[in-house]
Amino acid sequence: MSTTELDLQNEISKAKERLDQHTVETVQWHFHESTGCPFWLEKKSELKFDPLTDVKSYDDLKKFPHFEDEWLRGGPIERWIPKGHQGKPAYVFETGGTTGIPKSRMVINDFRTDYELFSETLPDEYFPKGSNWLMLGPSGPRRLRLAVEHLCQFRGGICFCIDLDPRWVVKLIKKGWMEHLEEYKKHCIDQAITVLTANHDVKCLFATPKLLDSLCLELEERGTSLAETGITGIFSGGTEFTPQWTRYCVEELFGGPPAESGIYMTPTYGNTLMGLACSKPVTAQENYKISYYAPQPRATTEVVSFEDYNELVGIGETGRVKLTTLTDEFFVPGFMERDEGEREAPFDKYPWDGVSGVRPFHELASATTVGVY
Amino acid sequence: MLNVPVLRWGKPYESLEVEEVLHFATGEPVCKISKANGGIIQRDLRKAHTAREKLREIPPEELLKMVAQAADYYENDTLDIGDGQQSPDVFVHQQSATTGLPELMCRKNMAKNSFVLRNMDRILDCLTRGLDLNILSRGFGSESRNVVVSYQAQTSILGAVLPSNSPGVHTLWLPAIPLQMGLVLKPGSQEIWTPYRMAAAFIKAGIPAEAISLYPGGHDCGSAIMSSAGRSMIFGSMKTIDQFKGNPNVQVHGPGFSKIVLGDDVVDDWEQYLDVMVESIFVNGGRGCINCSGIWASRHTKEIAEALAERLGPVEVKSPDDPGAELAAFSIKQQGIGTWKMLEQDLKAPGVTDMTSKYGERLVEKEHCAYLRPVIAHCESPECEIASKEFMFPFASVVQCPQDQLIKKMGYTLVCTALTKNQDLIRKLSDATHIDRFNIGPIPTSKLDWLQPHEGNIIDFLFRSRAYQVSEEVAMV
Repeated sequence: MSTTELDLQNEISKAKERLDQHTVETVQWHFHESTGCPFWLEKKSELKFDPLTDVKSYDDLKKFPHFEDEWLRGGPIERWIPKGHQGKPAYVFETGGTTGIPKSRMVINDFRTDYELFSETLPDEYFPKGSNWLMLGPSGPRRLRLAVEHLCQFRGGICFCIDLDPRWVVKLIKKGWMEHLEEYKKHCIDQAITVLTANHDVKCLFATPKLLDSLCLELEERGTSLAETGITGIFSGGTEFTPQWTRYCVEELFGGPPAESGIYMTPTYGNTLMGLACSKPVTAQENYKISYYAPQPRATTEVVSFEDYNELVGIGETGRVKLTTLTDEFFVPGFMERDEGEREAPFDKYPWDGVSGVRPFHELASATTVGVY
Repeated sequence: MLNVPVLRWGKPYESLEVEEVLHFATGEPVCKISKANGGIIQRDLRKAHTAREKLREIPPEELLKMVAQAADYYENDTLDIGDGQQSPDVFVHQQSATTGLPELMCRKNMAKNSFVLRNMDRILDCLTRGLDLNILSRGFGSESRNVVVSYQAQTSILGAVLPSNSPGVHTLWLPAIPLQMGLVLKPGSQEIWTPYRMAAAFIKAGIPAEAISLYPGGHDCGSAIMSSAGRSMIFGSMKTIDQFKGNPNVQVHGPGFSKIVLGDDVVDDWEQYLDVMVESIFVNGGRGCINCSGIWASRHTKEIAEALAERLGPVEVKSPDDPGAELAAFSIKQQGIGTWKMLEQDLKAPGVTDMTSKYGERLVEKEHCAYLRPVIAHCESPECEIASKEFMFPFASVVQCPQDQLIKKMGYTLVCTALTKNQDLIRKLSDATHIDRFNIGPIPTSKLDWLQPHEGNIIDFLFRSRAYQVSEEVAMV
C-alpha cells in the first residue's frame, strides 16, 4: 500500500470515528428528556431498544425503523423543536403541497450551517467574494430560497430573487396546460433577464437545470449569452443533472470548460431533509461523471441494496440512496430517497462514501414528477 | 454491439446518455442508441433555415431523382448505420427484433416505403394538383393558364415525433425532402431503424446531410421538436389528438377507428365481402389506424361476426422469423396484459358477445413480451362501449345499427369503406365531415391509394397559398 493510500485509509478511519462520535452525541441530544423534541421522545416509547444506551456507533442507527417522510405532514410543527432549542426563532420549510398537506421541516440554523460549509467548496475565482447573486429557483416556503440568499450574504453579496411557485407548475403539468407551463417558464426567465441586465453586477447564479437551460437559450435568442451577462459561477441542483446534460451545458451553452468560457458550474444534490451534498469537480476527462458527497458527519448518503436497505452495495454497484441527517435540530435515521445511483469510493477531499449517477428510483420513476421547475 | 449516434444536421453526435434497445422476445440488447436532450434540439433548430437553403440549391426534379435512387439504396444496399453496416436482411431482422413485428411485415413495410419513394413524382403531382414543383421552391410562379400563383413555405423543416413500434407510418414524412424541407425526426424508442436507414439512403443518394437530423431521446426531445419546428407531425393516442386540436402547426395522427359499413341493399350478400373484412381487420398485424375496427350493418351482424371469428379466431402466435407469422408482439409485456384486461371487461358488458372465445385463450404471455390473438366482438347496438374502441392488434366489433342511424352513431372514422350501391347513403357518407378517407365498394380500409392525401394534404400543411402580384415593370426586370 502506497503512502497516499495509507493516508487515505487513515482519513477514512478518522472520518468514521468522527461519524460514530457525532451519531452518539446526536442521538443523546434527541432522545434525552431535557433536550429532545416531542416527536422523538414520543417515538422512543415505540422502539424495542433504548437509543440512549443502545446506540454506540453509526451502524447502530440500523436499529431504528426507516424514517417515513409522511411523519412530516401536518402539525403541530412545534413537535419537531428540540427542548434544547426552545425559544429560538424557528423557520418552517415545506416540500410538496401541490395538493393536500405539504411535508414540513422545522429549521433554526441548519440551512445557514449547511450553506456555509458548502461555501468553502466554491472556488473564489468563479464565485468572487462580495459579488451579487441571482436565485433562479423556487420562492415561497422553500429552504432553497433562504439558503441561497444566506450563502450569498455569507460571501458578502446581495441576492436577487424571482417569483416562482412550483406548486402552480405541478398543477399546470397535471392539468396538461402545456402552453401555460411554457408561458410561466418564460415569465420566470423574463424576471431573471431583467435582473441580469439591470446593472446589478450579478456574477453568481443558483439555477435549477431546466431554468438554466431556458435562461441560456433565451439569452441566445436575444443575441447575448450567459458570459456576456457577467455570470462566472453557477450552483445548480436536481436529480436530472446527468453527465450528458452537464456536457451540453459546458460545451454548448457556456462555450467550453471554465478555463475557456470563464463559467464554472457545480452540481449539487440535496433536499429539505438532508441539506446539500457537494460534487467532485466535473470534467470532460471523466466523461462529466457527477459524484456527490454528503456533508458528513452532519448528514450521510449511502447506496444500499434494493432488497435490504441496511446492506451497502459494493463500490461501483447500483442501489437506492439512503439519507441520514444528524444535526442538533433534526434527526433522520435513514430515509429512503426516491433516487438510485452507484456507490462511489471515498477520496482525499471527502474520505467517505459518495453516490454517482443519481436518477429516479426505477420502481417509482413512472409515478414521480421530477424536475418540474 | 451496434452503436447508433444522434444525427445533428447530418453530423453524428455520441451522447453520454446511451440506451440499450432490447430484443422483444429475449430481452437481449440489439443496439445502443445515443439520447439527445431537449436543449440540443432547440439550439440546433435555430439553424433549421440552412436545411431548406441547402435543399433549395438542388432543383426539385433532381431531388425527385435522388429520392428514387434512395429507394434502391434503402431496399437493396448495405448502408452505414452508426458504427456498423446494415444489409437489408439485417435491417429486417433488427426491426423485427425490437418492435415485435414479424419479419415478413417488416419486409412489406420496406417495400411500401420504397414504392412511395420511387413514385414520389406522381404522388406530388397528384397532391399539388399538377403544380410545377419549382413554384413551391421559388415561392411563386406562373401557372399554365398564365396566372401568377404563390405558395409560401410555412416552415424550413418538417418535424416528426414517431411512434415507438409502428414501422408503417414513415411514408407520411417522406415527401418533405423533395419539397425542399429539412427533416427533424425523433425516432420511436423501439423503431429507430427506418429513420436511420432512410437517412443513410438519402445521404448516399446525394441529398445534403445538413438537411437531416435524428434525435432519439425522451419526452423532452418530442416537446422540443414540437415547439421549435414550424410544422410537425406527432403520432399518439386520443389524448395527444386532443392536446394539439386546433394547432395549425401540428398534424396529429392517432387512432383511426376505421370502419366498413354494409348498406341494407347488399347486407344479405355479406358473405361476398368477407375477404375484404378479414383483410381490413387483419393485415399488418391489425396495428394501423387504417385497420378496420368496426363492421356496421343493420342485420346479419351475428352471422358476420361468427364468420370473421371462424377465420381469425384460430390464428396462432408464431415465431417472428416464420414466414407464416401474422401477429405482432406487444414488446412491452405489461401493455399487452393491460390491453387484454381492459378488453375482458368490455367483452362482459351487456349486449356484447365475445365471438372468438371458443377458439382458445387470446392473451399469450411470453417471458419478455405478450401477444393478443384476434378478437371479434358482436355488439347489439352502437351504445356498447366496445363499439367505439380500437386496439393495437387484430380487433373488430361487429355492430348492429339501423342504416338511418349509421352516420350519426359511427363517430370519427379515418377510413370508411361503404359496401352499398344506395346513392342516397353514398351521398350522405360522402358529406359526413367525421369521415376522412372514403372508399366506395369492396376496397379494404387498409388499401391506400398513394396518389390521394392522407389525414390532410401535406402540401396544404407545409405551404400556404396566397396572393402574389408582380407589376409588369418589375416582371420585365
